[in-house]
Amino acid sequence: MEYVIEMLGIRKQFGDFVANDNITLQLKKGEIHALLGENGAGKSTLMNVLFGLYQPEAGKIRVHGKDVKITDPNVANKLGIGMVHQHFMLVENFTVTENIILGSEPTKMGTINIKDAAKKVQTLSEQYGLNVDPYAKIEDISVGMQQRVEILKTLYRGADIIIFDEPTASLTPQEITELMQIMKRLIEEGKSIILITHKLNEIMEVSDQVTVIRKGKGIGTVTTSETNPTELAELMVGRQVVFKTEKIASNPKEVVLQIDSLTVADNRGIDKVKNLNLTVRAGEIVGIAGIDGNGQSELIEAITGLRKVKNGNIKLNGKEITGLKPRKITESGVGHIPQDRHKHGLVLDFPIGHNIALQTYYNKPISKNGVIDYKKVNEFARQIIDQYDVRSGEGEMSLARSLSGGNQQKAIIGREVERNPDLLIAALPTRGLDVGAIEFIHKRLIEQRDKGKAVLLISFELDEVMNVSDQIAVIYDGYIIDTVSPHETTEQELGLLMAGQSLQDNKKVGGTQ
Amino acid sequence: MSKRLVNILVPLISILLGLIIGAIVMAVSGFNPIDGYVALWNGIFMDTYTMGETVRQITPYIFSGLAVAFAFRTGLFNIGVEGQLIMGWLAAAWVGQAFELPAVIHVPVALIAAAAAGALWAFIPGLLKAKLQVHEVIVTIMMNYTALHVVNALIGVISGGEERTEKIHESASLRSDFLETITDYSRMHWGFLIALLAVVIMWFILQKTTLGYELKAVGFNKNASEYAGMNVNKNIILAMVISGAFAGLGGAMEALGTFENMSKLHASTGIGFDGIAVALLGANQPFGVLLGAILFGALKNGGLNMPSEAGVPTEIVSIVIALIIFFVASGYIIRVALERFGKKRKEEK
Repeated sequence: MEYVIEMLGIRKQFGDFVANDNITLQLKKGEIHALLGENGAGKSTLMNVLFGLYQPEAGKIRVHGKDVKITDPNVANKLGIGMVHQHFMLVENFTVTENIILGSEPTKMGTINIKDAAKKVQTLSEQYGLNVDPYAKIEDISVGMQQRVEILKTLYRGADIIIFDEPTASLTPQEITELMQIMKRLIEEGKSIILITHKLNEIMEVSDQVTVIRKGKGIGTVTTSETNPTELAELMVGRQVVFKTEKIASNPKEVVLQIDSLTVADNRGIDKVKNLNLTVRAGEIVGIAGIDGNGQSELIEAITGLRKVKNGNIKLNGKEITGLKPRKITESGVGHIPQDRHKHGLVLDFPIGHNIALQTYYNKPISKNGVIDYKKVNEFARQIIDQYDVRSGEGEMSLARSLSGGNQQKAIIGREVERNPDLLIAALPTRGLDVGAIEFIHKRLIEQRDKGKAVLLISFELDEVMNVSDQIAVIYDGYIIDTVSPHETTEQELGLLMAGQSLQDNKKVGGTQ
Repeated sequence: MSKRLVNILVPLISILLGLIIGAIVMAVSGFNPIDGYVALWNGIFMDTYTMGETVRQITPYIFSGLAVAFAFRTGLFNIGVEGQLIMGWLAAAWVGQAFELPAVIHVPVALIAAAAAGALWAFIPGLLKAKLQVHEVIVTIMMNYTALHVVNALIGVISGGEERTEKIHESASLRSDFLETITDYSRMHWGFLIALLAVVIMWFILQKTTLGYELKAVGFNKNASEYAGMNVNKNIILAMVISGAFAGLGGAMEALGTFENMSKLHASTGIGFDGIAVALLGANQPFGVLLGAILFGALKNGGLNMPSEAGVPTEIVSIVIALIIFFVASGYIIRVALERFGKKRKEEK
């Protein structure tokens, strides 16, 4: 079988750091080839080498059997290689067509010939079943649609090898399914695909071959049909990975968090949390399951004092904390792993050490009389970095921005857990992380529970909620529709609850069928 | 090429390039560049008098640079340093002439008044930004004009209809016989020591205090700061107020040192606006601002000598000085060029 792309023995070094060490990847025509590795394993570096953004120190690249030297992205484009980036490169207030032709605008007597371009976009869109409106503005279309525009962009430029970089990171489950279908369609039409990901189920679903890299080294290539998620996870992480987190039965004690008929409005004044009741006890993990946008964010923001409470009250250890300032709430025993670590969890332009002191910088012994002792800050940070295995280039002095997502998250968890809060709120704590980091974080949450702390977990991932929680409260349209035990429910039941059907309703429906 | 060498080479090459292009401009315009640069040099270093005047010129630039840099480090763009500076100038001039106090009290009181006036003028845009999300650039620009006319009106009131305020009492003056003697009666005054102290203060606030930690955090990421329990609005206002206080002190240098009074202004002094360039030259670092102010003030003062000694007209002088500053500010280009050069040499080996 003919290879369309062969990357043989690629080596790429940054200073003393070897990002890619003797990696080989061979893509056959008409296949989906997954590139699997943890965050920071060197997947993006390898693809940037292929795309001409980096020059390798050693190794060969062959396209359609011919040795090539890809010196910049234009060369890659000419060879028919296109890339759909994780963060889309689109101009928000341009139309689909304008974005697609950007950089190679077709002209007619010196003016842009938008009509012909739009027609071509339309044809391509129909050919590949993308269903994109050439005249829609980017800011008006969904994230999934925007991604299709990126796909169209590569097709418009004549790519027949398409690289997808973590394509599902920002998509809804529905959009993910559609993307998988699009990828299959692309293959049918004769394209070849490299799929960069660390999500095992996606690989199992669409790919033909998997090349695994770990810490910059090529581990090998396996055929998807001859492997399974457990084996892939082991290859990726380099040790056995437990998907089902081991834990002893919970032993719930006194009530730590008590929420009574809470109502919270969003920024537009629309009620997002409606008359919500919730109890979390010491020594248990309560998981909030639900589809994004059913009031989870507003609920957490209300508990932590970041959003005004419209009605109802929140008690911590029996004491009213409703409407207190965030710092007062934090100090009264709440730890908070925020859902958006870049927006709320970290000051990305601060060193990670400063970030670890974000909740304690104003207290003794770190500061005295308004003067911070940065030696103590760094000492404290090193301690957390050690304990929570936060990996970075320059230890506590590395900019938070330069750390991988998993390591950023570990630093946040270390910061919040070390303050020893009675209630730990973990909002989407594993979003975008690889299996190794997920396992680590789940263990820490369970550890807190076993220490007798109350843990409130918010997640959109069903298996995470099922795995980690002792109680599952399903949120729908701003209220808790039902509370179930993970041992006595199924993903199907949860799915129905999350869609707003109470189990009683469902049984009735079942009876009439 | 070692990093250290690059760091030293970049500013040197930048200044050299600026001088070369400036020389071309002078030559094309029909003036002798060598004469021009000799005059520039003499205007900075010729004798103790010019050196004293150079230091005097540098002093307010340090303050205006610090004011812009401080706001910048906390995520704010304070274009209103000019207005805050002249408010401080008037406050210091008024305290200097209206009261009779012993010097140990009079100078500090005048300085505090200047800082307070500048701080007040910056408080308003800070408050509007914090409470109503009005962009500080617009408000501070407008308040420069307001300050100009308010100051001119107040000068009239204070002086009973004169064009300038009375000379300040000697007890409030920063000038000294000692400095005048060693610099051949230049207007150099003790303000440069206060400016150096201000550099250290800014460094201390930003690098050592919880206040500085909060201000920087809010400047980088308001959401994370709020999450960590900081009062974002308070910090925005405080950042503007401290920035304005630096600007006000810059005005005090003119009131208590250079001029010892204040005359009605027909237009901006330019010190506040030049502070933006000084801050950028210094990469918004306190000690960088000091270096930037030295370069800026020295060129400005040296340039004054070029028309009289070398016959280069003021307009050409401005172009030459602007070119030098342009090249220093675009040091990045030279850095990249040097790195390419270093790489090529390595490959050839």
